[in-house]
Amino acid sequence: MIALGLPPEASTIAPRVDLLLYVVTAVTGIVAVAIFATMIFFGIRYRAGSRAPRAKDIPALQARARRRVETAWTLIPLALFIASFTWAARLYIVRGTPPANAIELFVVAKQWMWKLQHPGGQREIDEMHIPRGQPIKLVMTSQDVIHSFFVPAFRLKQDVLPGRYTEMWFTATKTGRFHLFCAEYCGTDHARMGGDVIVMEPAEFARWMNAHRGGEDMATRGADLFRHYGCSGCHGANASVHAPNLAGLFGKPVPLSNGTTVVADERYVRDSILLPEREVAAGYAPIMPSFAGQISEDDIIDLIAYIKSLADTKERPK
Amino acid sequence: MSTAIDGIGARIPGSRDARRADAPSSYLTDGLSIGSWLGTHDHKRIAILYAITITAFFFIGGAAATLIRLELATPAGDLVKAETYNKLFTMHGVIMVWFFLIPSIPATLGNFLVPLMIGARDLAFPRLNLTSFYLYAGGATFTVAAMIAGGVDTGWTFYAPFSTLFSNTHVLYVLAGVFVVGFSSILTGLNIIVTVHKMRAPGMTWFRLPLFVWAQYATSAILVLATPVLAMTLLLLTVERVFGIGIFDPALGGDPLLFQHLFWFYSHPAVYIMVLPAMGLVSELVANGARNPVFGYKTMAFAIIAIAVIGFLVWGHHMFVSGQSMYAGIVFSFMSFLVAVPSAIKVFNWTATLWHGRIVYTAPMLYALGFVGLFTIGGMTGLFLAALALDVHLTDTYFVIAHFHYIMVGGTVSAYLGGIHFWWPKITGRMYSDRWARFAAVLLFVGFNFTFFPQYLLGIAGMPRRYHEYPPEFQTLNVLSSAGAVVLALGYLLPLLYLGWSLFRGARAPANPWHATGLEWQTTSPPPTHNFASTPVVTGPPYAYVPMRDVVDAREGTQ
Repeated sequence: MIALGLPPEASTIAPRVDLLLYVVTAVTGIVAVAIFATMIFFGIRYRAGSRAPRAKDIPALQARARRRVETAWTLIPLALFIASFTWAARLYIVRGTPPANAIELFVVAKQWMWKLQHPGGQREIDEMHIPRGQPIKLVMTSQDVIHSFFVPAFRLKQDVLPGRYTEMWFTATKTGRFHLFCAEYCGTDHARMGGDVIVMEPAEFARWMNAHRGGEDMATRGADLFRHYGCSGCHGANASVHAPNLAGLFGKPVPLSNGTTVVADERYVRDSILLPEREVAAGYAPIMPSFAGQISEDDIIDLIAYIKSLADTKERPK
Repeated sequence: MSTAIDGIGARIPGSRDARRADAPSSYLTDGLSIGSWLGTHDHKRIAILYAITITAFFFIGGAAATLIRLELATPAGDLVKAETYNKLFTMHGVIMVWFFLIPSIPATLGNFLVPLMIGARDLAFPRLNLTSFYLYAGGATFTVAAMIAGGVDTGWTFYAPFSTLFSNTHVLYVLAGVFVVGFSSILTGLNIIVTVHKMRAPGMTWFRLPLFVWAQYATSAILVLATPVLAMTLLLLTVERVFGIGIFDPALGGDPLLFQHLFWFYSHPAVYIMVLPAMGLVSELVANGARNPVFGYKTMAFAIIAIAVIGFLVWGHHMFVSGQSMYAGIVFSFMSFLVAVPSAIKVFNWTATLWHGRIVYTAPMLYALGFVGLFTIGGMTGLFLAALALDVHLTDTYFVIAHFHYIMVGGTVSAYLGGIHFWWPKITGRMYSDRWARFAAVLLFVGFNFTFFPQYLLGIAGMPRRYHEYPPEFQTLNVLSSAGAVVLALGYLLPLLYLGWSLFRGARAPANPWHATGLEWQTTSPPPTHNFASTPVVTGPPYAYVPMRDVVDAREGTQ
């Protein structure tokens, strides 16, 4: 196979991006050809030695012409620019707004591999198996430097940063095996930090998921870690310490001691584990120790999955 | 200030002879010792010191590019190791951006021409000008030595936290070198701003300034305003790398996006540092080649200022997929489209300058038209990258590489070479073979497109940048690009030969071989040290070309 143009369109957004690409290519192409044709026409007609008539008073001629054309060739490009800006920005907003029913996959990048975890606990390295037709949201972080998750066939990429979560969502439309690249330079083996996205029919994907059910799902593993790291000592049902109840927390607004309010999303939970003094819940003393340097990104992700699983309960966890 | 100028004036011998083309009192013959060159305060000699130095760096950076293209001729990483490849593209970027493109036009032709074009004896601060040169040459040599001796693998963008806590190459040396070179930029910018404000000849009002001077002025403002931010950013990187104080690395409590904001706050305006002087040059060349006044002179001057101002507000378009807020991305996208409007106007006005002209296709004109063509393609593909949803697919691929090479290499280097050819008779007092020069201009244009157009297609196909190895389906386009690079290299090497030849064997140049307007053509070729025998007085607008009357074939000077 020789690549000379666009890769296959394998996500719902891909044909919409391509349509914009074709239109922008066509419009800029027409304008460029018009400019070059004009240059060549003038270049031949007004070459030294040609008999084409020239105006006697060029400054006056130019001044007359300018009144006619200058506004036009300022406003027409501006109008075209605003149109393509608007079109592209609308698609960018679609890209930045995952649907509520998206399944979440967690991605941890490190020099030089991609580690993925499905909600059911299935883990993959440098491969991502997903079902066709199902919205998927990737929640991604890096263990070291900045990477970028790039799937050309989906027309999507998103940088993956240490210290925070970035998100990317898509719905695959075509089964097959597609390139996964790291698009942000990340050191020696940057060019080898890639893999495959494997899109399968939903039934086939379900079989794959069953076959790869390695151990517990993420939330169950998170519950184990919740005890292992001693979280339950303060946040658990039998705790004597005055610590926030984590049941029913996820996705809800949390009033903070400084008077502001944040939504308890993945970032909030992660920062609360690593930087507990930054956003202290209102009414609680800032006594939680930081777990920075003691807990891996993978374990944090499982803990988040666990806290997320408590979103609809009221009971303090055991 | 006045003492410095008097100091120069006091050293001018025999100004009565300055009107003769072979006068011994030209700036070239005013002192023949090495010391009279290395310690000169003459803006024209300093320009030549810069020209020699940046040419050397250009070919070192070009050698790195040659190895990169050779490596990419095959999908496997078989020529050099991954570490070496990463050091090569870092070296290529650092040298070409900071040691070639940024000083290219401002420090050589700008240095040489700005005082001549405004009828001044020298820049406002001649000693500062020499200081700038030594800061540049010292910092750049130090950096290149560090990169050749040990190498740096961060890319020219130094993204944190890779550059602070992860790369174990000579990052600190390179940061230090680039930091020092930055002061050269700031001082050159300051010098030109003061010169344009204070040293214009009588009658040289703002709207009689050649567009090249407008461009140099706007560029200098960017140099003075943006470069300190780079210096600060590099210092912060150093602080984090040496002392482990968390600024950018989240593991230390820092923010990696902060680095990108600071870096691009400098580095996007830096693109305009590279291309605005080129636009100014091309206006001079197109007007002369078409024997016509520049169409819409005032619009062209305001477009330069508009680009310089709006150019400060678009840096976030380098970060559409970086994790910055979606709303910030939308604002930066809008501003990026806005900055394209004055650029588009400039292309239309250059085209309209040909209208009713009497066009002579000398080598400088061919380079200038080549600039317009490549800049148009580079600018239009910039619109793809300003469009948010397209940028998501195209950013960090070869599409971006092709885009900025069209602007910075196709555009700026074509304009720079066009300018060198145009003012070569003035600078050296010699003519060169216009036939060879026209051939080189065409070779450059063909070789450039042959090298970089396939890279647009590679980017659309999804090949990421900074890849030492790649999947085999990308090979065809990479081979095309590498083959084109051979042609391009010939286009760059050829001028060395015939221009070098002209230095010794070229015919003596008359004062004004192109029948050009502009004060620099009214003094001898090469000019005397003090530039003008008597202070010129300006009485009319620039570009007073009259194609009806002006039937002289400008090429005759080469016969």
